[in-house]
Order: sequence, then structure tokens, then C-alpha cells
Amino acid sequence: MTTEARPQATERTISVVVNGERRSATVLDRKTLADFLREDLELTGTHVGCEHGVCGACTLLLNGRAVRSCLLLAVQADGQEIQTIEGLAKGDELHSIQQAFWEEHGLQCGYCTGGIIMSTLAMLEDNPHPSDEEIYEVLGGHLCRCTGYEDIFKSVKRAIELRGQGR
Amino acid sequence: MKPAPFTYFAPTSIEETIGLLQRYGDEAKILAGGQSLVPLLNMRLARPTALIDINRIPRLDEIVTEDDAIVVGARVTERQLERHPVVAERLPLLVALVKLIGHPQIRNRGTVCGSIAHGDPSAELPAGALALDATVTVTGPTGERTIAVDDFYLGYLATALAGDEMMTQVRFPIPAAGTGWSVQEVARRHGDFALVGAVALVRVEGGRIAATNVVSFGTGGRPLRFPEVEAKLVGSVPGEALFSEAAEAITELLDPDDDVHASAAYRRQVAGVLVRRALEEALRRCEGGSR
Ligand SMILES: Cc1cc2nc3c(=O)[nH]c(=O)nc-3n(C[C@H](O)[C@H](O)[C@H](O)COP(=O)(O)OP(=O)(O)OC[C@H]3O[C@@H](n4cnc5c(N)ncnc54)[C@H](O)[C@@H]3O)c2cc1C
Ligand code: FES
Ligand code: FES
Repeated sequence: MTTEARPQATERTISVVVNGERRSATVLDRKTLADFLREDLELTGTHVGCEHGVCGACTLLLNGRAVRSCLLLAVQADGQEIQTIEGLAKGDELHSIQQAFWEEHGLQCGYCTGGIIMSTLAMLEDNPHPSDEEIYEVLGGHLCRCTGYEDIFKSVKRAIELRGQGR
Repeated sequence: MKPAPFTYFAPTSIEETIGLLQRYGDEAKILAGGQSLVPLLNMRLARPTALIDINRIPRLDEIVTEDDAIVVGARVTERQLERHPVVAERLPLLVALVKLIGHPQIRNRGTVCGSIAHGDPSAELPAGALALDATVTVTGPTGERTIAVDDFYLGYLATALAGDEMMTQVRFPIPAAGTGWSVQEVARRHGDFALVGAVALVRVEGGRIAATNVVSFGTGGRPLRFPEVEAKLVGSVPGEALFSEAAEAITELLDPDDDVHASAAYRRQVAGVLVRRALEEALRRCEGGSR
């Protein structure tokens, strides 16, 4: 390892499971997981808004938990399992949460939507019947500049219903 | 690329971590949950050349519940603490503090020790740790030492942690049975850091205050305790007038700064109100306290 004050471009090879598929790549140590997914794996459904943890657009699941991918380094994900919004639909068939957002107009421009859906997925996997308060708390971790949030809340309620019907 | 270049290390032991800290000195930063550090890296407000990720060190992810304390390892996330059934039962103040931090998505990564090591003066856990007389354990080249939280915070984001030390755990003593507690804060939005906050513990015996700890946060470079005010409260019969007087005394002692979020005058006024409310709520929660 170099002992110079400022390291040049240190990089390493990592292996991650993304949406069930093992992917290996060489990345710079300083690359965030969000940028790695978007630029190296061309999975651009993970959006990047603020890059300091506030907006929630980059939220994905790391080992089943909703986290900010702008606050993780790609190298930290080595050996871990990641789910992104691209993993939800099966071909043309929407996932029940996506279907619910479609039905209840839970999105307009869609910039925030991927992150919100991933947080919703993590919440429902953990507890299929969250209280309204729990839903507000999870949605509180996301900024949406279009919808005014009411339709997002209705979409989550609809997603719970659809899930209850085994979808 | 957001952050300035650095070399990433993922040591698998505390010894290896200390070795790296010694080698890189001021150029190194420990990475725990990254919920405070990575924003600073992305904005290039921090430019370490060595980033030492402690997430691969085994065993530091445990919460140990002792008879008289809750001991939290360096990798324990805020979410883990929030959901621990024994913590909820024996030290509900900790759960209440953690729930005020950001959002579940932040608490899934952010660590309890990281919040205390970072020491933001508006953060809930450092204030709670001070109110509970918590101690932190740090390990360095010459071994381990234990520091009371009151001695740990030196000033704005400055702690007693040396450059070649890492914090390995924090120990929160469980207050005596029957102690009431409260945390109060004002924040612009739910999940934001507090503009101003207060934490209080109150225990009543025979109709008089037997013990009380009072902390104000967001009102200085570090969370603040008020030993003189606490001493005056002990032995007194609790009540509205007494608590208003204590809150006024604390307001007099505060000297917060103006910043973009709030003026110093606003902070002082709100701090007094929150101290009073915290004392009142703690009293309601203590055994033998409610009338
Ligand atoms: C959107 C958002 C909202 C937030 N809201 C709040 C809030 O309302 N209240 C609040 O209190 N916090 C809030 N936070 C911060 C959050 O609580 C952080 O998780 C916490 O402050 C730092 O913990 P960490 O594990 O993420 O530490 P890191 O970011 O990894 O590290 C923070 C600092 O502590 C040092 N450090 C960490 N662990 C150790 C250790 N074991 N030994 C020595 N040094 C160590 C690091 O070197 C670094 O300097 C928020 C963060 C975000 C992104
Ligand atoms: S881009 Fe990650 S939270 Fe905004
Ligand atoms: S739909 Fe446009 S930001 Fe949410």
C-alpha cells in the first residue's frame, strides 16, 4: 500500500448479488453504491437527488433493509445482497406495490418513486399490516416535489390490500 | 465522483484498526454507519486519505443487557436499539431518543456509538448519554480506557477520543427503579436534528425529589448538564413553580449562538420551556410522582 499523503485511484474488485444475479466489477474505493449501480451496472432506476441522505430517491434494500445508497460505498457492498427497483416487475407484470401506485396515482414525475417503493417493500416484508403512523414514519424519509404525498399514502394502503389478496 | 480520493480499509479486528489509525494519523477516519461521515465526504467537507470501515469487525454488533446497564457495541445500529425488547422495557428513554433520529432508513445504518463519537450538539443520543451518566470505552495502542460522557465532550464536534483510538462501546446505566424520564425537542420537520431539546430524569422519595439529571441540547457546542440547578432541586417538593424556577435558572446559564436555523434569543427561550416540560413529564412518569 502506498504511503503517499493523497492516494491515487485505489480500486478493488467486488462481487455483489443484485436482484438475485451475481455481479462482479472493479470499482474505485470512493465510488458510492448509487453511482456504481447507475454507471457501472447501468441500473438507473436508483435515482440520485441530494447525495447526503435527505431526499430518499436512492433508497434500496441492502440485505433486506431499506438504506440510502448515496451514503454507502460500493466497496462496502462486497459480498452483500442488494435489491433495486429493477428487480420488482416480472417482465410486463407489475409488482403489487407498483400496481398500487399506478392505480392510486402515487406518482407524477416519478423521480422519488423508486425509492419510496423500495422503502414500502422493506416495510411490508417486515410487517404486512403497518399502522398509519408507521406508514407516515417510513414515508417521512422521502421527499416528493409533485404529489403532495396524499396519493402516495393511498398507494401504500392499496399495496397492503393487494398484498392481502395474495398479489 | 463525489468524495476526494481515499483508500478504503475493512479491518477484521480492533487491533488491526488501531494499527491503521496509528499509520495514517490525522489522515484517517473511522467509518461506522456513514450517516454523518459520508455526507461530509460527498460534500468534500471531510477529505481523509484512509477510510477505515469497522463493519467487518466481529462481535461489536451486540447489545448486552446487564442488571444495572445496557451496553451497546460500536456496530449496533440505532434501529437495533430501538427494536430491542429489553431496552424498551428497562430503559425506554433510549428508545424515545433514537426514534427522534432521522428516519427508519437512516437508523438502519446509523450507529449508536457513531452518533456519540460524532457528538453533534443537536443530536439526541449524546444528550441522552449525558443525562444517563453513560460511559464510553475507547481502545488505543496502549489499551482500553473508560471515559464519562461529561468528560468526553470538549466542545463543538471535539471529543476526548485520540487520533489513534476507536470507541468500542457505550454503557448506559439504568436509573434507579421508579425514575421518571422525558425527552423534549423542537425540530423544523420530524426527523431533523433538533433546533433545541431537553432531557430530564426525576426520582421522588417521600414526596421530595431524591435525584434529578437535567440536560439541554442544541444550545451550545455540546450537550449541557446543570449540576447547581440539579442540586437545588434535590430535596425540594416537586411542582410547577419549582420547575419554572429551575428552567429560568438554566435559561440564565445558556449562551447559544445565532445560526441559519434559529437566533440565540429563540434558542434560549425555547430551551427554558423544554426544560420545564421535560421536568414535568419526567415527574408524571415517576413512581409516586403523579398526584
Ligand atoms: C437524513 C439524515 C437525518 C439525520 N437526522 C438525525 C437526527 O435527527 N438526530 C441525530 O442525532 N442524528 C441524525 N442523523 C445522523 C445519524 O444519527 C448518524 O447515524 C450518526 O450521527 C452517526 O453515526 P454513524 O454510525 O452513521 O457514524 P459515521 O457517519 O460512520 O461516523 C460519524 C463520525 O464518528 C466517527 N466514528 C464513528 N464510529 C466511531 C467509533 N466506533 N470510534 C471512533 N470514531 C467513530 C467517524 O470517524 C466520524 O467522524 C441524520 C443523518 C441523516 C443522513
Ligand atoms: S440521493 Fe440519497 S438520499 Fe438523496
Ligand atoms: S413524483 Fe415527482 S418527485 Fe415525487
